[in-house]
Amino acid sequence: MNALIASFIRIMAVCSKEMIHLVHDRLTFGMVVMIPLFQLVLFGYTINTDVRNVPAGIVDQVNNSFTRKLIGDLQASQVVDFTKVANTPRELETLIRNGEVNAGIIIPHDVEKRYYSGEGDIAQILVDGSDTTLASAVRALSSFPFSPDQTISNRSRAGSFSVRLLYNPERRSSLFTVPGLLGVILTMTMIMFTSIAIVRERERGNMELLITTPVRNLELMVGKITPYVGIGLIQVSVILFLGVLLFRVPVVGKLPQVYAACLLFILANLTLGLMISTLVKNQLAAMQMSFFLLLPSILLSGFMFPFVAMPKIAQQIAEVLPLTHFLRIIRGIILREEPMSQMMSDITFLALFALVFLIISTIRFSKRLE
Amino acid sequence: MKDIITVSGLTKRFGTFTAVDGVDMSIPPQTVYGFLGPNGSGKTTAIRMMCGLLQPTAGKIEVLGMNIPEQTEQIRRQVGYMTQKFSMYGDLSVYQNMRFMARIMGVYGRGMEQRIAHLLERFKLDTFSRRSAGSLSGGQKRRLALAASVIHKPKLLLLDEPTSEVDPNTRREFWDELFVMCEAGTTILVTTHLMDEAERCHHLAIINEGCKVADGTPTDLKSGIGADICQVQGPDISELRSVFSGEKRILATARIGMAIRVITEKGVEPGCQWLSTFLADYQVSVEPAEPSIEDVFVMATRDNRGAEQG
Repeated sequence: MNALIASFIRIMAVCSKEMIHLVHDRLTFGMVVMIPLFQLVLFGYTINTDVRNVPAGIVDQVNNSFTRKLIGDLQASQVVDFTKVANTPRELETLIRNGEVNAGIIIPHDVEKRYYSGEGDIAQILVDGSDTTLASAVRALSSFPFSPDQTISNRSRAGSFSVRLLYNPERRSSLFTVPGLLGVILTMTMIMFTSIAIVRERERGNMELLITTPVRNLELMVGKITPYVGIGLIQVSVILFLGVLLFRVPVVGKLPQVYAACLLFILANLTLGLMISTLVKNQLAAMQMSFFLLLPSILLSGFMFPFVAMPKIAQQIAEVLPLTHFLRIIRGIILREEPMSQMMSDITFLALFALVFLIISTIRFSKRLE
Repeated sequence: MKDIITVSGLTKRFGTFTAVDGVDMSIPPQTVYGFLGPNGSGKTTAIRMMCGLLQPTAGKIEVLGMNIPEQTEQIRRQVGYMTQKFSMYGDLSVYQNMRFMARIMGVYGRGMEQRIAHLLERFKLDTFSRRSAGSLSGGQKRRLALAASVIHKPKLLLLDEPTSEVDPNTRREFWDELFVMCEAGTTILVTTHLMDEAERCHHLAIINEGCKVADGTPTDLKSGIGADICQVQGPDISELRSVFSGEKRILATARIGMAIRVITEKGVEPGCQWLSTFLADYQVSVEPAEPSIEDVFVMATRDNRGAEQG
């Protein structure tokens, strides 16, 4: 019993020491809040596959009520925003090449004849193909249905312009991105914080003293990660608060599930960071290693690209990353209101991952200097 | 009473480099035992093996009647270790550092606060208890490290160059504390390369290039130096350097202010008498001098070098 109390006190000693470090280390402490804040706002707004208001130019060789109606309808689609007027197709090409606009429409002399005859394209759309997302959005205009007169809708010709984007103005990718960001931010910060935790003591010479004390490996490991669990949960709260505030992510009512999933994921990442810390010799190497792991997490986990569309080998690699499993859990909870029982395999994976890495790092950390 | 530390054939190799080479020694209780040697002689490596920080390549270590490495964890509860480099947490306050070490070492509850208060007062740190350890002066840092290393009242205290970087007054006070602890029952092993520290120890082991080259009390070591020490003074001493070189009976010389200290080999004719005749052509006086620990150190480390060259 006494031994147990002594052990608990040693864990608490390490834990409270770590917290003092954290409070003193303003940079790290600032990162706790600033990383979620910046990333969420930046990614939340920029990772957006809905392309809107692409600056565009017009070459109108007719300029009558028919063409004005056509231009007006295209402008109303919000995909393009006609900001420039050119006299010749060549002039429009120059505008695109110079980056003044990203797209443009050329309306030929015989546009009305082409429209009513029902043969061939009525107009030509030019688009800067260097940005594929943008280009595909503009290309979608090729099947945009147009009718010069609202009353004769049966004569509207759907030869070129699609209305898919236009009739789905609320297509919010942020709803999909924010839960993903929750995972990416936690991966980034949790691994980074703990990967330097042990190596820092080694670098500053504290380790030589620490390992001559009776503190046990497991006590040291548990004491070291405990404060970061709290840090992680603070980050989760910041992200969820901003997610609700800025992107209206529906989490209210599912909070206990969300926090439980996050806690599990935080533990998995902390123990992974701890393992890195026992592998490397200095803080720089710890950082490099963290980033080395961060990249596949971002690219392969399903955060960036749809998981099902990835090649088999990439999917297999992704299966060992905690983020992949976390994304399935968290998107399931937030977006689809999936019951927890449906996610048992992912939950089990994260729990085992945390346990295995805690054990590995405890074994790997030798209380010797060599 | 049984020896506190018994070491036999202690060897540590890093790759092809042998840092400690077959050291034997034993430290009786309540002694201040000095480990004297030049930088890189293997002192730190040896002391690190004695507290289980490094695993010996060969040899046996018995500390407080227990074996390393098998009983390292039990030994750690009764041993205090002060590292050469300051290893307390710079961003924690003096008190926070002490509290951390106390809890880790198993001192807690009401006894902890009393113990910390007592030590802070004893080591004159009570007025700095809220200061961050990193902002302390060199002497204060050393006192903090010492206070932390004895928080659990260890039976054995290992100090790795405890006062190499502090001024003589601080060093003097520090050593007074060591003797108070020693008289109270603590055995202390201290490494040093400073002669004045070595002189204070009850017992000295001189280590050079990983080997123990001399062992004894400072008085015994000085009287058993096996050489005659002479002090040469006079207007011509600046010319003597070339005269001394190549002379077999002269083992070592050192310029000390206005005099030259000469270590001469013992012979039938006393060293200084011989030197006096040898330097008859010069305007100098030759007088016998008492051997110092430095002379012992020079002799001990010189022998080893000679052996290596031969």
